[in-house]
Amino acid sequence: MGNVTASRKGDRPLSLPSKDMMAAIAVTRFGLGARPGEIEAAKGDPKGFLAAQIRREGADLPQDSGETSADRFRQMRDFQQQRKKERDQKDGQAERAAANAQIFKDAQRALRDKVGADFLARARLATNTDAAFRERWALFWANHFTVSATKQITSVLIGPFEREAIRPNVFGSFETLLVASSTHPAMLTYLDQAQSIGPDSRAAGFATRRGKGKAGLNENLAREILELHTVGVDAGYSQADVTEFARALTGFSIGRDAEDRPGQFVFRGAAHEPGARTVMGRHYGQQGMKQGLAVLSDLAAHPHTARHVCGKIARHFVSDAPPSSLTERLERRWMQTGGDLAKVAQTLIDSPEAWDPVPAKFKTPYEYTLSTWRLIGAEPSAIERLAPILTGLGQKPFSAPSPKGWAEDAQTWAAPDALIKRMQWAQGFAAVVADRTDPNALAAEALGARLTPAVAKAISRAETRREAFALLVMSPEFQRR
Amino acid sequence: MNAPLNRRSLLGLGASLGIGVTFLGSQAFAASESDLARKKLVVVICRGGMDGLSVSPPVGDANYAALRGSIALKPDEVLKLDGTFGLHPELSTVHALALQGEARIAPAIASPDRARSHFEAQDVLETGASGVYGADTGWLNRTLEVLAPIRPVEGLSVGSTAPLILRGKVQAASWSPGKGVDESARLPTLLQDLYKTDPLLGPAFARGLETETMAQQAMTAMAATPAMNLAAASTPSMAAPGPMSPTMANDRRNRQGGEAARKLGSTLGGFMIQPRGPQIAAVSLDGFDTHAGQSGQIATRLSYLDAVLDGLHAGLGAEWKNTVVIAVTEFGRTARVNGTGGTDHGTASTALILGGALKPGGIVGDWPGLAQNALFENRDTAPTLDMRSLFKGVLADHLGVDRAMLETKVFPDSKTAKPLIGLV
Repeated sequence: MGNVTASRKGDRPLSLPSKDMMAAIAVTRFGLGARPGEIEAAKGDPKGFLAAQIRREGADLPQDSGETSADRFRQMRDFQQQRKKERDQKDGQAERAAANAQIFKDAQRALRDKVGADFLARARLATNTDAAFRERWALFWANHFTVSATKQITSVLIGPFEREAIRPNVFGSFETLLVASSTHPAMLTYLDQAQSIGPDSRAAGFATRRGKGKAGLNENLAREILELHTVGVDAGYSQADVTEFARALTGFSIGRDAEDRPGQFVFRGAAHEPGARTVMGRHYGQQGMKQGLAVLSDLAAHPHTARHVCGKIARHFVSDAPPSSLTERLERRWMQTGGDLAKVAQTLIDSPEAWDPVPAKFKTPYEYTLSTWRLIGAEPSAIERLAPILTGLGQKPFSAPSPKGWAEDAQTWAAPDALIKRMQWAQGFAAVVADRTDPNALAAEALGARLTPAVAKAISRAETRREAFALLVMSPEFQRR
Repeated sequence: MNAPLNRRSLLGLGASLGIGVTFLGSQAFAASESDLARKKLVVVICRGGMDGLSVSPPVGDANYAALRGSIALKPDEVLKLDGTFGLHPELSTVHALALQGEARIAPAIASPDRARSHFEAQDVLETGASGVYGADTGWLNRTLEVLAPIRPVEGLSVGSTAPLILRGKVQAASWSPGKGVDESARLPTLLQDLYKTDPLLGPAFARGLETETMAQQAMTAMAATPAMNLAAASTPSMAAPGPMSPTMANDRRNRQGGEAARKLGSTLGGFMIQPRGPQIAAVSLDGFDTHAGQSGQIATRLSYLDAVLDGLHAGLGAEWKNTVVIAVTEFGRTARVNGTGGTDHGTASTALILGGALKPGGIVGDWPGLAQNALFENRDTAPTLDMRSLFKGVLADHLGVDRAMLETKVFPDSKTAKPLIGLV
């Protein structure tokens, strides 16, 4: 929701808190919640602890099947052929049809399981990693370039999308990341770009002559790149800019079976709308694929993009209403470095506003549940341990409600119903793990200098280990960062 | 549209004809506080830009079939409403209600926003502001706020997260299906204590516990009422009271999560009929952004919507007569089919208005038609009705919200959107 976020005026004096407090903040706010010993490890040099996690080669890759989007495309095609066979044979022999129906069901389940396995591998990376700031940074970009499981083909491509387009590029230039996202098969199917055809292109003429009906433009990806990925909705572009950009992007598609690059990005010159384009006052006379890339390049460099994206970074990491001094500093660094994301990450770490001891961010369900596993040094053992609670809390795996991605604000996630569900889940979790823990020590491990006397007292007075554990993970401090 | 009858003009008419004002006022207009306290309003937000031309296909419009091409519905496929409009075949509950005068369509309604951005348009729909960033609270929450000094009204959203339309100063409840709270555990009390100085978690948690208790009661109560049995029934022998049984419609639903949708609707109804239950509720449905392969996608979504409404109708039982339901979307879609069997972001769409409190009648607002020169920017169904007019009319006539409050507090900057009166 685009709620108005007022900047905090009259910034406080920007002195940094104690090293102990900074270690707790580094691990809980910048990271994904403390694993045993993690806050202790960050105490020597909290900023250095974070800076060491920035690396040019990008974020870590989950230990998953390693299947590429091309592999997944092939599997989907096999599945669709199976489905066709099943349908065609329905009227034939009953026995044969039943056997085929079973094969079809198994194949469908196998695909669903792959999506679950991708999500679980990513969740395990988040629970196990020692470089949790790096992982949070990657998750931020995966959410910025949201691909959601609204279509079956898209759902099997989300894992490969994050691995191929997002993770390698999160500490590179924003333009590289933008191009990687905008040309990945997952994004091209999610936002319907793959079939978009220039109305005056050769492909459209061909389709009309063959009586295949009117082929044409789909402006979904163009609009969301402008509104969500780059300049933002208030940048002053018009419907005509959206349509012109959509024309420039025609031809961005995915290779078919018989082609050179099945299941990978291809540029189809025949589908590209001929002619020059004008987007946001700029003229694009390039031919073919270069035209769309030129628009992307200009959008990546646009000052509105710096403002829009840096505002999001500050809201994700620091506060739903971050101080303007912070967003402006990030924005300046972005413009100075041409959108060098490693440099922007370093500037975030170096910003005193990011180290305010008051935890302003309420954890999303994903952050909340995974930080609970991190707390006990464990990982979710199966997707069935994770998916139901995330769905119940309103964050169904790989299913952001729109291309805008998951909301980041406390108002969204701290709803009455969600708090009750968190409590019920915490009770269940505690019933399994708490009897082997020392709750008082765990509270210190979890929150370090952020542990307040009220919470410590409530935990020490609990009747049972289970009650103490549930109190800890339901405490205001643990649910915030 | 016929000139809407307005309370004041009618009173004026009565006076000029020498008819006693007391006569006119005796029943229809003297809504007492206790009557108003029974009135219920449910707003269903269909997110993603619901295609109005699929919800209520104007199959009688000369330009419809050509514009829609491969995704046009044929006149004999739709559920007929009048000479121009039908309803999508999946909307059988809505159709059955329309036949008894308890459902109407507003086929060219829009918010004041024209940016065709989901997020901007949803914000404008939910805040009730005249433009984006005009307000950061929802108009249903501000309704609760202005009613509070007169009679406290409860608000509830269905779903684990709170939609903007119900966010604001007044704490509203939220609920979604889940397991119950173990009342014997000490944890809820300990947490309430831990949250007592927390301005966010304190009130939200207290509210959650309250709602959870109410949910237990709602489920228990419903299990014992015929309305709930009806909703759960799958055999026609348990027919609904009254002339129709939309519940029985369309067994395809059961294949599409329809049972869960109906249960959701009926549980919400169960909430609303409890003694201190919510009078105002908001439900969000996602997935209406149909850029490609629209026909199948929208059928599934409309089937779900229809099942929720069916459940709600059943769950409310006799209280349906005190209820108005509005199903509305942030914008409609392009009049023409696009190159990928779908439609892109447009402007006006269809709102569904339902409820036993509704007055029977034809379409709400004017139909601009689909002739090329009638389309908005040669592209979308042109808006003829500001959705704030609909909202304001329902709040004034149905919930008795003071007109001055409507203009200043609930929908500021809405002078151009006059309340639509005579709907209830």
